[in-house]
Amino acid sequence: MATAQTQTAARLMMAPAVVLLLGWMLIPLSLTLWFSFQRYNLLMPGQEFFTGFDNYRYFLSHPNFWSALANTLILVGGVLTITIIGGTLLALLLDQPIFGQGIVRLLVIAPFFVMPTVSALVWKNMLMHPVNGLFSWIARVFVVQPIDWFAQAPMFSIIVIVAWQWLPFATLIILTALQSLDEEQKEAAGMDGAGPFPLFFYIILPHLARAITVVILIQTIFLLSIFAEILVTTNGGPGVATTNLTFLIYMQSLLQFDVGLASAGGIVAVILANIVAIFLLRIVGKNLEA
Amino acid sequence: MGSITLDHVTKSFGAVTIIPDISLDIRDGEFVVFVGPSGCGKSTLLRLIAGLEDVSGGKIMIDGADVTNAHPAQRKLSMVFQSYALYPHMSVRGNIAFPLKMEGASKEKIDEAVGNAAAILNLTDYLDRKPRQLSGGQRQRVAIGRAIVRQPKAFLFDEPLSNLDAALRVAMRLEISELHKKLGTTMIYVTHDQVEAMTMADKIVVLNAGRIEQYGTPLELYSKPANRFVAGFIGSPKMNFIEGAEAARFGAHAIGVRPEHFTVSQEAGSWKGVVGVAEHLGSDTFLYVKSESGDQLTVRTSGEIPVRSGETVHLTPMDGRVYRFDAQGHAIAG
Ligand SMILES: Nc1ncnc2c1ncn2[C@@H]1O[C@H](COP(=O)(O)OP(=O)(O)OP(=O)(O)O)[C@@H](O)[C@H]1O
Ligand SMILES: [Mg+2]
Repeated sequence: MATAQTQTAARLMMAPAVVLLLGWMLIPLSLTLWFSFQRYNLLMPGQEFFTGFDNYRYFLSHPNFWSALANTLILVGGVLTITIIGGTLLALLLDQPIFGQGIVRLLVIAPFFVMPTVSALVWKNMLMHPVNGLFSWIARVFVVQPIDWFAQAPMFSIIVIVAWQWLPFATLIILTALQSLDEEQKEAAGMDGAGPFPLFFYIILPHLARAITVVILIQTIFLLSIFAEILVTTNGGPGVATTNLTFLIYMQSLLQFDVGLASAGGIVAVILANIVAIFLLRIVGKNLEA
Repeated sequence: MGSITLDHVTKSFGAVTIIPDISLDIRDGEFVVFVGPSGCGKSTLLRLIAGLEDVSGGKIMIDGADVTNAHPAQRKLSMVFQSYALYPHMSVRGNIAFPLKMEGASKEKIDEAVGNAAAILNLTDYLDRKPRQLSGGQRQRVAIGRAIVRQPKAFLFDEPLSNLDAALRVAMRLEISELHKKLGTTMIYVTHDQVEAMTMADKIVVLNAGRIEQYGTPLELYSKPANRFVAGFIGSPKMNFIEGAEAARFGAHAIGVRPEHFTVSQEAGSWKGVVGVAEHLGSDTFLYVKSESGDQLTVRTSGEIPVRSGETVHLTPMDGRVYRFDAQGHAIAG
């Protein structure tokens, strides 16, 4: 479409942004890469030396590494499932002409504006607390033994909290896509005899595919590095039940002051993220074309 | 199997009444065209028949059965939308098969029906393409294909040709007419192009501001317009209207003469005028004449007339071709 001239001009115009972005990403990344090959502990200053792949060996053979990896994937998968399904249903609901539509939409978006630490604290102390929480109060009203959420279902609790935060994002993107669906297409499908369910699965869902893909890709990037919610609520426990890779790296570096090991963990996390991204693009990426 | 009756149908959007009161009888197998100026309610009327809008009052009957409150799918009508409304993520095959799939038809039956429709519409080579890989005319045909596989009681078309270029319009117009002959199914066709209306219709409904001005065959509307609106709307170029003293001589508030109903002479005639512009098209000549009484008249004559701009001509309306209208615009008989 573009001529050679406009292409050159476009490249020149983009150059500053690209250089800035590259510097922004490449310098920290290469520093991390550099540290990951160093024996570098803050408790032993001045004793840094090159150790090759030792840090990686330690990190990968850490007794908690595989469980942290599994936890990361469970967390991402769980939150994605809840937000995509919930977001689609909410979007369908919000697309209906309902009373007080504006207010309802605002309320739905609200959780997105709450800081992760704050929302985790609210959930921990006001909703899921075994004594003072709303859920335990409801349980007692129905004369049921209240659940100690973070002790009995720690991973599930964190998934719920994070899903609550990301639901508005998914809902908003999917709602926008929903509203861009041509009204005549729905009418045509209606005349062709498609009831609500066929309409949803044959017409609406394919139309939403691209938006859902975007939601999955963006959320995955952020969900791979969930940290604040875990720190504030379970602190990775009980045991290592809610320790994901980010939290494991935090424990290595800040609790043991081992910069080299933590950097190796960081690089492992980057590689993992890339593997996940490649898989995702393979599975859902074709929705983004054309 | 496809008569449609509207019985005092009204439609309002909130406080705005779009269709005050329409009664209409469409017989089985007829090709009926709704024409009228933009915004007169053609699409709204079609959507009421399709069931995509609820009526505010009155009854709609298909084959004698009251369908006023029936769901669009239950009415067994097919609609071709102006935007085609094809399903973009399905192939042509998927699009055409969709109504049958929703009916729960068997795989063999679907394949056969899709094959037939594709053969009728020359789409066989495109069955595996997506709609966006098709030209405008091909998309149009896919939309028609999707409409015919259901074997509906009637087809509803909403300005199906308005997105196509002039040559393709003429071709598709013929194709739709031929399709109507082949299938013999009732068709309702909305357009604001009166040439389309005249060439395709068995009957034309002329709408104006949500009212039926006249309902009849194309030639009836042409030769016996019920009022000034229909007289002006049907026929191209438009009918000439003359008011005042000249009209009073005919005992009317206004008289109308079609451009093709003048005899042009350079010596003598009823009205004298000066030619403003003369368009020589070869087959026809259009003269834009300013008459002595100040009226602007369009005249259509044979191609060989040697009249030029600035010359004086005499115009005489042909016998029995002067339409007379009263002050309300109604035609005066006789
Ligand atoms: N959903 C609606 N709400 C309010 N007014 C509407 C609605 N749909 C149509 N109208 C009004 O009804 C009138 C008739 O509209 P309609 O679409 O039937 O016109 P039309 O004859 O099909 O015109 P066109 O030739 O431009 O397609 C218009 O004045 C339009 O503004
Ligand atoms: Mg219209």
